[in-house]
Amino acid sequence: MTRKLRETPSQTAGPYVHIGLAPGAAGFDIYDQELGWDIAGANAKGERIRVEGRVMDGTGNPVKDVLLEVWQANADGQYAHPESGAVEDGFRGWGRVITDFETGAWGFDTIKPGPVAGRNGAVQAPHLNLWIVARGINLGLHTRMYFSDEVAANAADPVINLVEWESRRQTLIAKRAEEDGQVVYRFDIRLQGSDETIFFDI
Amino acid sequence: MRPPAEYYQRDRDRHPPALAPDYKTSVSRSPRFAPISLEQSVSEITGPVFGHQDVGLLDHDLIRNYAQTGDPVGERIIVHGRVLDENARPVPQTLVEIWQANAGGRYRHKKDTYLAPIDPNFGGCGRTITDESGYFFFRTVKPGAYPWRNRVNDWRPAHIHFSVFGASFSQRLITQLYFEGDPLIARCPIVQSLPDAVDALTAKLDMNATIPLDTIAYRFDIVLRGRRSTLFENRLEGN
Ligand SMILES: [Fe+3]
Repeated sequence: MTRKLRETPSQTAGPYVHIGLAPGAAGFDIYDQELGWDIAGANAKGERIRVEGRVMDGTGNPVKDVLLEVWQANADGQYAHPESGAVEDGFRGWGRVITDFETGAWGFDTIKPGPVAGRNGAVQAPHLNLWIVARGINLGLHTRMYFSDEVAANAADPVINLVEWESRRQTLIAKRAEEDGQVVYRFDIRLQGSDETIFFDI
Repeated sequence: MRPPAEYYQRDRDRHPPALAPDYKTSVSRSPRFAPISLEQSVSEITGPVFGHQDVGLLDHDLIRNYAQTGDPVGERIIVHGRVLDENARPVPQTLVEIWQANAGGRYRHKKDTYLAPIDPNFGGCGRTITDESGYFFFRTVKPGAYPWRNRVNDWRPAHIHFSVFGASFSQRLITQLYFEGDPLIARCPIVQSLPDAVDALTAKLDMNATIPLDTIAYRFDIVLRGRRSTLFENRLEGN
């Protein structure tokens, strides 16, 4: 098999991405069901968590028109895909979230994934795969979110260990907190600057 | 378990650079560090699976899916094509979502304040699932050009935004369709950040698919990343 065609070039999602992917947020009802708001479903095993953060631009200000997608495994480390294992009924593992237009804050509810198989028998620490698009972003940005309470697993993770600069590895790790009995992981993403988030060319 | 067959490395020269200074918003939103290259694992070669239960019967028909009192104003068009991968194989059962301005160049969005009027019969979004041959079909009205705040007199060429999934998260793509012959294409800083690839984003007039006395048609094929053949532990097979 060789490449016969070339990939279609990317273009920015622009400021009105919500119309297509989250019309309710754009201000109108059109579809019977919007996609991506229920990531884990009612039957999912594992710890129920909330993930919250903001996306900052190079000036340190929040980006207020960003859209994020999350792709994650279930508590057994399996993805809802034919090339992975079995998952619970109703577990899709995919979600879509937009920011508050005033504050730039975003957040979603899901379950904490389990460790995931890596290459050549390695194990990957629990993580969420994130994809970020917005006005001014010409090609969607891929990153991962790891969990601060998985210290040993994170230290052994083959992807975190690809990052030479130990200080920058911290940009991939969300901080766990408990707020009113709810587990919340805080994950801010910085598009640019000395503390720029690690992005991946996957 | 043997490792998964990977997707071809993304050809970054095919895409606009993160930093495209004439597109001013990209200046503060573009990462300055190079992205870290990752050998794909199950996290990258899987992605969400969609089916017909996810979309409604009228979702692909933007002439009807928000109509309140009649049809929307504008030139009636069909936009159709196939989603293929770099191996020229169809990408079936994948979700394609679009959004666009109305015929006057105005978006139905609380942040759009352009003086062209909202069309009460036009929402401006649609979605569909490709069939077994990767084929998709939308009916809509041709969007108008609109001004945007970049340089003082910048206008976006008429365009439709496209979001496509493919079979893996690594294939995820958002792009824009432009229309053959539009003189604004050559003046748009967003389009011109990829000068060699503009043709791939330009939908071609397709007279064979028009509906006489009713609707004109444009053809737009989309190519997502392709996949290597089966990969064994340390050896690629069939490449
Ligand atoms: Fe637009």
